[in-house]
Amino acid sequence: MLDVAVVGCGIVGAAMAYELSQYDLAVAVLEKENDVAMGSTKANSAVIHAGFDPFPGTLMAKLNVEGAALAKKLCESLDIPHRHCGSLVLAFSDEEMAELNGLLDKAVKNGVPDVSIISRDALFDLEPNINGGAMAALHAPSAMIVDPWEYTLALAETAAKNGVDIRLECAVTGIREIIGGYSLQTPGGAIEARTVVNAAGLYADEVHNMIAPPSFKIRPAKGEYCLMDKSEGGWASAVIFQCPTEAGKGVLVAPTVHGNLIVGPGRVDTDSKNDVATTTGGLEFVLSAAQKSVPSIDFGAVIRNFSGIRARSTRRDFIIEEALPGFIDLAGIKSPGLSAAPAIAKMAAEMLGNAGIALNKKQAPVDKRRRTRFGGLAAGEKAKLVDKDPAYGRVICRCETITEGEVCDALRAPIPPRSIDGVKRRCGAGMGRCQGGFCGSRVLEILAAHYGCPASEVLQDGAGTFVLMGETKQGGKHGDYD
Amino acid sequence: MGTMTDKRYQLVVIGGGPAGLAAAYSAWEQGLRKVLLIERDRELGGILNQCIHSGFGLEYFKEELTGPEYAGRFVRKLQGTTIEVWLDTMALEITKGRKVHLAGKAVGYAILSADAIVLATGCRERTRGAAGIVGERPAGIITAGAAQRYVNMEGYMPGKRIIIVGSGDVGLIMARRLTLEGAKVLACVEVMPQSGGLIRNVVQCLHDFDIPLLLSHAVTDIRGKGRVKSVVVSKVDGNRRVMEGTEKVYECDTVLLSVGLIPENELANAAGIAIDRCRVQTSAPGVFVCGNALNVHDIVDNVTVEAMGAGVDAAAFALAIRQ
Repeated sequence: MLDVAVVGCGIVGAAMAYELSQYDLAVAVLEKENDVAMGSTKANSAVIHAGFDPFPGTLMAKLNVEGAALAKKLCESLDIPHRHCGSLVLAFSDEEMAELNGLLDKAVKNGVPDVSIISRDALFDLEPNINGGAMAALHAPSAMIVDPWEYTLALAETAAKNGVDIRLECAVTGIREIIGGYSLQTPGGAIEARTVVNAAGLYADEVHNMIAPPSFKIRPAKGEYCLMDKSEGGWASAVIFQCPTEAGKGVLVAPTVHGNLIVGPGRVDTDSKNDVATTTGGLEFVLSAAQKSVPSIDFGAVIRNFSGIRARSTRRDFIIEEALPGFIDLAGIKSPGLSAAPAIAKMAAEMLGNAGIALNKKQAPVDKRRRTRFGGLAAGEKAKLVDKDPAYGRVICRCETITEGEVCDALRAPIPPRSIDGVKRRCGAGMGRCQGGFCGSRVLEILAAHYGCPASEVLQDGAGTFVLMGETKQGGKHGDYD
Repeated sequence: MGTMTDKRYQLVVIGGGPAGLAAAYSAWEQGLRKVLLIERDRELGGILNQCIHSGFGLEYFKEELTGPEYAGRFVRKLQGTTIEVWLDTMALEITKGRKVHLAGKAVGYAILSADAIVLATGCRERTRGAAGIVGERPAGIITAGAAQRYVNMEGYMPGKRIIIVGSGDVGLIMARRLTLEGAKVLACVEVMPQSGGLIRNVVQCLHDFDIPLLLSHAVTDIRGKGRVKSVVVSKVDGNRRVMEGTEKVYECDTVLLSVGLIPENELANAAGIAIDRCRVQTSAPGVFVCGNALNVHDIVDNVTVEAMGAGVDAAAFALAIRQ
C-alpha cells in the first residue's frame, strides 16, 4: 500500500510530488493525460506573483508570498527558466492612484517584500515604452516570470528520481474507502494508498465527489492570450498590470523567459472544463487592453493565440482541507496558484503528517537538476558539446536553435515526452516564430524512431491528436531516421 | 573535429536552395576557388526538393522541369567545380569581421572567416497565430509547405478531408496534390477578393479538379478536440469584416494554411545587418542576400537570376579586398 496517492500532475500535483519525495515515503502521482502540466498549468500568464493582490488573511495571500519565495529557490536548484523581472501596476487616474494605495496596504499586510509606489519619472526610467498617461505605479520587485511547463516537469522529474512513481494516462475513475486507507480505480487496476491528495485541478470537484459529499464546485474561467514574436519582447522588462477590477487582475503585458511578449488574459466565464477555443472578440479585447499599457506593440507580430482555463471554485479562497481522514483536497487553485504551489505542497505535507503519515527526511534526496541548453552556451562550450556528442551539432528547430541532442536528452529523462508538443514543452522546439513548421516533421521522425511506432501514430499533444492520417499511395518511409 | 577558427573562405554561401546554388556557382564562374556552400538539410535543393510538380525553368532553361530536376541542374554544375558543400550544417551566427558560426553533425562546431557572405536562407510560412485564426487547438492544422514535405518527401498524408485557408501558390499546388493522393479538398478559402496565387495554378489546381475557390471568405472558427472536426467559413465585406449570418460549417479533419511567406532574415537581424528589399547588398560590407530571403519570388527562375547577380557582386568584393 502506498503512503500517498496524488491525483493530478499539474503544478500543484508536481509540487506535492517533489515535497513528498524529500521524505521516506511510497508515493505515486496519477495523471490522466499523457504528460504533466496539461491542464491549467499549460496555459496561463507564467508569472510568479509578488502577492499584493489576494485579500489579507486568506490562504491565497499567505501561500502566494510563501510560494513565491520558495519558487525563487526552486528555480535556481532545479534549473527552471525564470527571470527576476518584478511587476508594476499602472495608475492612469486619481481613482487608480487611490487603488495603488489600497494595493500597497494589502502588500504590507500580506508580507510582500520591498513593495513601493514609484513616481512617474521612476516608472518611465524602468519602462520607457509604457503609455505616457501613466501617473505612477506600484512596484513589486519580487515578482518573477517562469516557464510553467519546465517548472512542473522539473518538480515531477526530480520527484521521480527520488522514487515517486509518476503514472501518466492513469485516470482515476472511482475511489472507495478500504481498511487503513483508500482504493483508487484506474484503467491499470486498483491503486491502494493510506492517504490521497486531490490535486486534480479543473476536475478536483469530480474527484472529491467520488468519495466525499459535495462541498464545492469548479466553475471554470477561461482566459485568452496572444503570444508575440521576439521582435516585441523588448517592449516590457517587468510584468505590467493595470489596476485590478472585480473581474480579476486584468490584462497584463509581460516578457516571457523565452524572450517573447505575452498579453492577456481576457476573461470569459465558461461552462466547459475543456473549452480552450479563442474568439475574435476575446482576442481583440486583449490586444486593445494591452495597448492601453504599452501602445507600440505591433499586433501583426502575434505568433500564437491560445486560451487557458483556471480552476476557480464556488469558494473565494483556495480549498486546502481534509475532506475525509487522510483525504486532502487542494482545490480551487486559481491564480495565484502557480505562485503558491510549493507552499501549498508544504502545507499539505504537514496535513498528511497530522493524518498519520510519518515525515522522515530521506538521507540524501535529489534536490538539484541541470539541463543542457545548446543555444545559450558560449561558442567554446558549444564546440565541446558537439565534440562529445555530434547530435548537439544537428539543429532541429532553427527559430530557437534547439538541437537533436537536447531532444535525445529529453527522451532519456525520467518523464520522456510522448508527443511533439511534449518535446516542445521540454526543449523549446516549435516555440518560435514558425511554430513548428520546420521542426515538426523532424521531431515526429525522432519520436517515431524512439518509440518504434509508425509516423501516423505520433501525437501532436494529448490523446487523439494524430498529426498524420495514413500514407500516400507510394507509402511512407518508416524509421529510417539516421 | 573541434572548433575550427582559422579556416578562411573567399565566399561562404548560407543555404543550398536555388538561390544559394546559383550564387555559389556564379561566384565560382567569376574566379573564386575557395567557396563553401552550407545547407541544413541532408541534400541540396532546398524547398525545390518537395516541389515535385512541373513548371519550373520555363524562363531560365527554356524547358519545363520539376523542382528536383531544376535543383539537379545546378547540383550537377557544382560537381564540376571546387565549391565545397557541407550538408546537415546550420549557420548559427554571423559575428564581426564576417565570421560565420556553424554547427553540424559532421563538422562539429566551427567558426569560419569569409571574405564575402551570401545569405540565401529562403523564407518561412506564416502561421495560424499570425493569420489570427481563432477557435480550438486540435491537431490537423498545418501549413501548406509542411504538408508538402510530408506528402512528397516523407510519404504521409496530413489528412483526408481538407479545407485550405489562403490561396497562395503552395496551397493551390497542394490542393491538386492531395486530391491526386485521394484526399477530398472541400474548398479553398481566400479572404481577399482575388487569389494570392498565379492564375495558372488557380486554373490547373482548383478549376480542373472542381475545387471551389471561396473569395472574400474567411475561416472564423475551428472546432475539434483531438483532430479537427469542422471549420466555420463566413463571408467578409470589402473591409474584411465578417458578415454575420453567412456562416457555413464544413466537416473536415484538416486545415491547410497558405497565408503568406516571410523572408527568413534571422541571421542578419541577430547580427544587426539591415536589408534593403531592393538590393542584394546588405548594410554590412561583403554580406549579400538573395532569393526568397530578400523578397518572396513567384517563380524560381527569377531567384536564379537574382542570385547569379549576388554571386557576381560577392565575388567582386572578395577579389577586391585581397588585392
